[in-house]
Amino acid sequence: MSEFKQTFNSSLGKKLIMALTGLFLCTFLIVHVGGNLLLFKCDDGFAFNSYANFLTHFPPIEVIAYVLYFFIVLHSVYALVLTIKNRRARPVGYAVQTKSPTSWSSKNMGLLGSILLLFIVIHMGDFWFTYKYKETLGFKEYRTNLATNVTTVSDYKPEVATFERSISTENNVEIVRVKDLHSRIQWSFSHLWYVVFYVIAMVAVSFHLLHGFQSAFKTLGWVHKKYDGIVSFIGTWLFAVIIPLLFAAMPIYYYYLTLVK
Amino acid sequence: MSQGNMNLTLKVWRQKNTQTAGKFVTYKAEGISPDMSFLEMLDVVNESLIKKQEDPIHFDHDSREGICGMCSLYINGRPHGPKRAITTCQLHMRSFSDGETITIEPWRSAAFPIVKDLATDRSAFDRIQQAGGFISVNTGGVPDANSTLIPKVIADEAFNSATCIGCGACVAACKNASAMLFTSAKITQLGLLPQGQPERWSRVQAMVNQMDEEGFGNCTNTGACEAVCPKEITLMNISRMNNDFFSAELFREEHTHDGGGNG
Repeated sequence: MSEFKQTFNSSLGKKLIMALTGLFLCTFLIVHVGGNLLLFKCDDGFAFNSYANFLTHFPPIEVIAYVLYFFIVLHSVYALVLTIKNRRARPVGYAVQTKSPTSWSSKNMGLLGSILLLFIVIHMGDFWFTYKYKETLGFKEYRTNLATNVTTVSDYKPEVATFERSISTENNVEIVRVKDLHSRIQWSFSHLWYVVFYVIAMVAVSFHLLHGFQSAFKTLGWVHKKYDGIVSFIGTWLFAVIIPLLFAAMPIYYYYLTLVK
Repeated sequence: MSQGNMNLTLKVWRQKNTQTAGKFVTYKAEGISPDMSFLEMLDVVNESLIKKQEDPIHFDHDSREGICGMCSLYINGRPHGPKRAITTCQLHMRSFSDGETITIEPWRSAAFPIVKDLATDRSAFDRIQQAGGFISVNTGGVPDANSTLIPKVIADEAFNSATCIGCGACVAACKNASAMLFTSAKITQLGLLPQGQPERWSRVQAMVNQMDEEGFGNCTNTGACEAVCPKEITLMNISRMNNDFFSAELFREEHTHDGGGNG
């Protein structure tokens, strides 16, 4: 076995991979929630559809996206390997166990992670896969009068099947034609069960990161009186409260819109 | 807290040897003084078993003053019983109430096979220690006192880690049966001190490798270990071990490179 393999096959090597991939996924969430705040803009999805178009047509983002998918797989596979090893380390369990002063989330990372993996598969199948590989998604045409800055929207039927997007300016009117992911989101979030599923998944994100973010720093050995407080503050408030709340607000907001319509 | 003598029901794990399956057997412990230690209570029960020509309950013990790390009972769902920061031998029967049922189990870990009843074979810890938990002292003239300077905080921290008695309560309490609290305390008590520096990087690698070979689980930073540790060893030790391990594995190369030094 090469020395490199030996490092990453050791117990601490596996934990290092869990910590680093986990932290990468955490930073992704910041970008993801930031971009998706465009969903709260009442502009018939102009900003959001343009943003989705940008993400899928900007090469550096596409490269990072594949790194991200790879890390999700790596994080899950290593979690599975570690869990199996941990189970083997105690073949016979205890008959009685008292409540330990440890946090619930730290003891249920596997359960929470499994919910999240299921969520990621459904979530990507519903939006990412539909956007990239399915022809069911329509197009929207946004016409902005550059003088008055008023935007009108209409459906657009592409003339060629390979059409992806176009931006042009005619007579002081900017015409943007992009794939309409926004209406797919409106449709998905008009179903109550789907909204409930998303909210449950965001609760899982919250508890997973409540332990996960801080645990990653401990695993890396980055523990210091100077920044322990900051790590715990960010792990609790940003990753376990603000980000899951913002994400959960999106399906709830869209479901509310279908109710008041 | 009970005043007079107590009558208790014990549910004790009985297992003939490593190979055979074990089971719980219920015993009555009657007329137990609240001032007895938990082990003395078991001594009383064992005496009555011997008088009845029955096989006494096998359990580990040695110093009975909380410093040897031999006693290892999982009492009512917690290593060393309900109190914090003490070993089983320091636990007194006044911590229980009259008529209570007490469940006594051995440490449960694949790396600690059961020898008999409540006694487990913890030589896995010895092998981790032997892999690098020492400093190589070259004998010679007696050095001057205080010729090696050690800051007070470093000495205190190293001594905190060194208080680990290797009882294995950390492994017993950990949901993953991980030995990282023990291993990290043994690694970093030496890694902190100047005497431990020459072997610092090879030590952490050797001891972690041995720990992996013994079949312990992996730490999830849950902290059950530090909550039950009779010597209150903290999770900080694990982070310090991780830091040293990654430094050693990823950023330090300890071998002589060819080509130089021919002049």
